[in-house]
Amino acid sequence: MASVKLPESKIQELKEVCQKYDNKGSELINVLHGAQELFGYLPAEVQEIIADELNVSVAHVYGVVTFYSFFSMLPKGRNPISICMGTACYVRGAEKVLDEFKRILNVKVGETTGDGKFSLSCLRCVGACGLAPVVTIGERVYGRVSADDVKKILSEYA
Amino acid sequence: MGKYKSHILVCAGTGCRASDCEGIVSNLESALEENNLNEDVQVVRTGCFGFCEKGPVVKMVPDNTFYVEVTPDDAGELVLEHLVKGRKVERLLYIDPDTKERISDSKHMGFYKKQYRIALRNCGFIDPENIDEYIARDGYAAMGKILESMTPEEATAIIKESGLRGRGGGGFPTGLKWEFTRKAQADKKYVVCNADEGDPGAFMDRSILEGDPHSVLEAMAICGFCIGADTGLIYIRAEYPLAINRLKTAINQAREYGLIGKDILGTGFNFDVEIRLGAGAFVCGEETALIHSMEGLRGEPTVKPPFPAEKGYNGKPTNVNNVETFANIPPIILKGSKWFSEIGTEKSKGTKVFALAGKVNNVGLIEVPMGITLREVIFDIGGGIKGGKKFKAVQTGGPSGGCLTEKHLDIPIDYENLLQCGSMMGSGGMIVMDEDDCMVSVAKFYLDFTVEESCGKCAPCRIGNKRLYEMLDKISLGKSSEEDLGMLRNLANVIKDTSLCGLGQTSPNPVLSTMDNFHEEYLAHVADGKCPAGQCKALMHYIIDSHLCVGCTLCNRVCPVDAISGEKKTPHVIDSSICIKCGACLEKCKFGAISVQ
Ligand SMILES: Cc1cc2nc3c(=O)[nH]c(=O)nc-3n(C[C@H](O)[C@H](O)[C@H](O)COP(=O)(O)O)c2cc1C
Ligand code: SF4
Ligand code: SF4
Ligand code: FES
Repeated sequence: MASVKLPESKIQELKEVCQKYDNKGSELINVLHGAQELFGYLPAEVQEIIADELNVSVAHVYGVVTFYSFFSMLPKGRNPISICMGTACYVRGAEKVLDEFKRILNVKVGETTGDGKFSLSCLRCVGACGLAPVVTIGERVYGRVSADDVKKILSEYA
Repeated sequence: MGKYKSHILVCAGTGCRASDCEGIVSNLESALEENNLNEDVQVVRTGCFGFCEKGPVVKMVPDNTFYVEVTPDDAGELVLEHLVKGRKVERLLYIDPDTKERISDSKHMGFYKKQYRIALRNCGFIDPENIDEYIARDGYAAMGKILESMTPEEATAIIKESGLRGRGGGGFPTGLKWEFTRKAQADKKYVVCNADEGDPGAFMDRSILEGDPHSVLEAMAICGFCIGADTGLIYIRAEYPLAINRLKTAINQAREYGLIGKDILGTGFNFDVEIRLGAGAFVCGEETALIHSMEGLRGEPTVKPPFPAEKGYNGKPTNVNNVETFANIPPIILKGSKWFSEIGTEKSKGTKVFALAGKVNNVGLIEVPMGITLREVIFDIGGGIKGGKKFKAVQTGGPSGGCLTEKHLDIPIDYENLLQCGSMMGSGGMIVMDEDDCMVSVAKFYLDFTVEESCGKCAPCRIGNKRLYEMLDKISLGKSSEEDLGMLRNLANVIKDTSLCGLGQTSPNPVLSTMDNFHEEYLAHVADGKCPAGQCKALMHYIIDSHLCVGCTLCNRVCPVDAISGEKKTPHVIDSSICIKCGACLEKCKFGAISVQ
């Protein structure tokens, strides 16, 4: 299943993450968090190395990766956009904001723009419901976003 | 708070951080320096004040002046006027919406008047990254009292007598759970704190962990002593980076002070705490799924019994409690079970924290005594409905709960009453909806969530909810008949009765409660092909009234799909085959010529 070629140095770092958790199979989720921080996503090759290091089957690693929405097997854009679709944001119009992002970027949820600049995803409640609807781009949180603001927000990343 | 004469408390919860509270802090600090006040006045980043609607909030101590909607640019004026000249900055004070008076002390605000803070006692008062401030407000005193003068049985008895019930949703008596785990025989036991907070639109647990992390650590240690465990695990969502960081800081500080770790306070009691990250799966809030997730597996629930109290993490007896449940423990130990049990209703004691959100004026985090009515919460504390619209429904209990309506507003809130009305307490999400919200859409929204979050282990939940969603979708497209409503109800009941875990057993609640309370609205969709709230796009048509339209062309320019045509100064028309029903034209038209039908 391997298709991405990872640089040797990164592989070494990944193995260090595994060692930090004593190569224990029960620490798989912590290891995956560490690996995703390292690579930005979890391609098949990374999963194979982790399976090898922790002495569990690749199928088991794959099963866990696909179960949890936090883990992604696709690379994210340089500026990952997340629209909160929690209840508070939903009732304050998050859907319209999402539609506007989709329209302007011309991508669907889960996709990355052709130039790799933005990726679009939804999440459930970042806990800033007072500012609903909420959009996060990377570490930045935008509150009380309306469909009209979308263009302006995106232009900050020009 | 030591050597300083006064303090400026700045809310640094997730919400206010998004509104640049860091900028406020740094500008305040430089303004203090310019005025040579930095030796006397300290700026403190606190946890959430609760009044997120008016954030960022800045509070002056000791005179308790409460400034709202502060921006970094206001910092200089606050220091110069308030601190140097001793005058309040009137324009940043909260304005009472009824009397239009400016209020400077939060005690007199409608938002705070009816609140009673136990679990949130320290949020917004202390610097959560400084253990000394927690200790100064009786922190770790409850643990000290127990370790030095009580047996595990005596301490458990206090919790039992207090009547405290689990705040994670189920409402199981906490003392009883502790007793079960204590009585289980094993060489190793665990205390687990459930900080998964999966209910979308709820942020109680996050705010407690961000604002007062030590209260949870202290309570976990107390629990460890009572049940005979030496290890605590906190399972927290990876989506809460700030809470995770504050917890890590708190754990390190508590270790340094010898308040957790080996031989705590020289009593020979060992207890240490570790953090485990969740990875975005709602079902992992369910305790058996949570335990499997901590074991590095897919977070799929297993049948109970065996309960975690018998066989939990790594097969060992495990006591799982919610964050808010833990936050109540230290005050109960210090003030006694009688004090706690006098608050609330007959079967639900103490207070409950709610995350009040949606279409209310005062969105925020509130803590109220059990037995308060929904009306008091929504109208007195929440300040009523946004934009003067009409109240329609309030959703409690998240995806497991239901929508309550006008007729439920005066029922005292407690576990039993909410269940009886077809909703539930849940973890404390409370979403207010107004006349513009379509109840079919709301039910569909929750079902969409459940379908995505079902772990897929059992058929009724995996397949049934998907079918339920499709049926609702059909209704919102106007393609259903009245018979379908009967089938919808039938299927909902089957899913409830036959699902393995709490997720499937409660997922039809949003459907059933909206069908019960808003039957007419469902009928309007299926029988008349109309969505009374005007939310179901397929049932809407945008029309321009040719008598009112002056041909200003404004709508034409905003329409994203060029569905509007017409010459300047002549009435325009909308081509409904192109229109995507975005509503942009309606908002822009100054002559009220566009309407939805
Ligand atoms: C689908 C589902 C999701 C749950 N999510 C949470 C949650 O996010 N937080 C929580 O504390 N309890 C949650 N629970 C309840 C837990 O299973 C468990 O009852 C609770 O953590 C026990 O703590 P308590 O007695 O202090 O409430 C959930 C239950 C179910 C069925
Ligand atoms: S009810 Fe749903 S979430 Fe629970 S075990 Fe069954 S499939 Fe999984
Ligand atoms: S509702 Fe939107 S798409 Fe339809 S005519 Fe108006 S602006 Fe155009
Ligand atoms: S629902 Fe969007 S931040 Fe909570």
